[in-house]
Amino acid sequence: MRLNLNKYALLSYVKQLSNPCIMKSNNFQTVYIMWLRELKRLWRSKSRLVSTLAMPFFFLLFLGFGFRSGFNLPGMPEGTGYLDFLTPGILGMTMLFTSMFAGLSVLWDKEFGFLKEIMVAPVKRSAIILGRIVGGMSTSLIQGVLILIISLFIGFKITNPFGIITALIFMVLISAGFIGLGVAIASKMEDTQGFSLIVQFILFPTFLLSGAIYPLANFPGWLRIIAYIDPLTYGVDGLRASLIGFSQFSIFFDLFLLLIFDLATITLGSWLFSKTEV
Amino acid sequence: MPAILVENLSRYFNELKAVDNISFEVKKGEIFGLLGPNGAGKTTMIKMLTTLLWPTKGAAKVWGFDVVKQKDEVRNSIGIVFQEPALDNRLTGKENLDFHARLYGLNKKIRKKRIKEVLELVELENKRDVLVKDYSGGMQRRLEIARGLMHYPKVLFLDEPTLGLDAQTRHHIWDYILELNRKEKITIVLTTHYMEEADYLCQRVAIMDFGKIVAQDTPESLKNILGGDVISIEVISPEKAFEVFKKLPWLKKISRHNEEINLNVKEGEKKIPLLMKIDQKKEGFEIKSVNLRKPTLEDVFLHFTGKTIREVEAGRNGGDKVMMKRRFRR
Repeated sequence: MRLNLNKYALLSYVKQLSNPCIMKSNNFQTVYIMWLRELKRLWRSKSRLVSTLAMPFFFLLFLGFGFRSGFNLPGMPEGTGYLDFLTPGILGMTMLFTSMFAGLSVLWDKEFGFLKEIMVAPVKRSAIILGRIVGGMSTSLIQGVLILIISLFIGFKITNPFGIITALIFMVLISAGFIGLGVAIASKMEDTQGFSLIVQFILFPTFLLSGAIYPLANFPGWLRIIAYIDPLTYGVDGLRASLIGFSQFSIFFDLFLLLIFDLATITLGSWLFSKTEV
Repeated sequence: MPAILVENLSRYFNELKAVDNISFEVKKGEIFGLLGPNGAGKTTMIKMLTTLLWPTKGAAKVWGFDVVKQKDEVRNSIGIVFQEPALDNRLTGKENLDFHARLYGLNKKIRKKRIKEVLELVELENKRDVLVKDYSGGMQRRLEIARGLMHYPKVLFLDEPTLGLDAQTRHHIWDYILELNRKEKITIVLTTHYMEEADYLCQRVAIMDFGKIVAQDTPESLKNILGGDVISIEVISPEKAFEVFKKLPWLKKISRHNEEINLNVKEGEKKIPLLMKIDQKKEGFEIKSVNLRKPTLEDVFLHFTGKTIREVEAGRNGGDKVMMKRRFRR
């Protein structure tokens, strides 16, 4: 009996070889097509682009202009305008929001049934996750760069042009981590009902505690401890170090902590995603 | 080797036994139907065979591959059209197919050729560059069938392929399915709760109820179990009529269903006059209508479960909910 089964398996294997779809090569294709899909979807839903960019834009505009002159909070560097202090924070916010939503797009796919199409494909779950992360990172980066360009028009001054490169690296790292977190949460959620809960209890605290719009020095001790747990704190700090040459921690320390955060959330996200049944 | 081999397969959701110790086989090249009301366990069964759900107990092989231990091999051998739409609305028809082809590792040349082929098969060539959200329900379904065929699957699973479609579209889809089976020699497994659909399409059917298979055979043989024709009689005071009819010598089988009494007989057209000769006034009942028909799978279902499929669905309140969900999504 056992011999028989093996013979069958061998037979089907030989047939598989004559089959035009050969199994191994499709993991790279998977990453590519998942990435392409994200870009196409972003391009086709310009309303989504406008709505996700609106909030950081308004923050930048109204906070930046509102607190412009003679405004210097304790903990802010001497001689730096508030807009210069604020812009890296808003960049961090843009990356946080767009990335979380990119991660949570797993939920949309679940709700619209498309996740099943992905889950029955003969590809590695890790390739699917990687495609999603690379796709989400690209769309977030596009939006982040758009905000950066807008900020330059409003009057943001980059002190070190080479810092743009490190800033892009930080943007990518912030993005990867929060996409991973988004995927992890989305894998555990049934539908999009809990969306607003996540926005209110994860996104906003993460944003407000990160020191994006005011220096952490203003926080009382206990709140500062919570802020130091917030991974976005290090992202914003790294962006500030890159773009305006002011930071609270060493840029390498920021980099290191973000990498750990990315590794943790991506591992968690991949693991939870691979366990979803649809 | 059978196309599909299922041995004592079970899947429990907490206390609920959605699929309860089922065994069956699907031969290569046949159209096999899993038939039953909503909630009978058909979709759970399909999900296990397509590696989307893990079995609680038992084993299943698709095209010789184990659905738990050889997931990727199984996934490569099958195509699936899900009960609920599983397309990306923001992509065009062609892009959906291209996405699928890449996931299944088709190279560029084959991808191009195959996309053209399957679009022709479902007559959607002229809609290839239209966003899927602008497709009608029937067009989406056809695109999904096309997609399920992209990677030359050995076995195609169709979960309620015509649910929520109008009669005309439904017949179109049926023709596609038959043609596929003929042209591409694909083994097809479909689930349905439309009895006439199973009758029209399937070479063999398994009737499911409460997670179990209550009967399986060709539709012909199943109907023959009932023995000839069905005379359905609507009566006032059916209890009395039932007692009288029960004693008729030429009767094969009798069943009562509220006001309706079903008689299974040979050569029904000759038995109706005999029925009319019974003195209704004397026996205390009154015949309101008589209907003679060849038995359908609906009768077979009634025979094996003691209920009509509509009743089962009304009781479980499943059917309408699913339909509404589908509509809502569109």
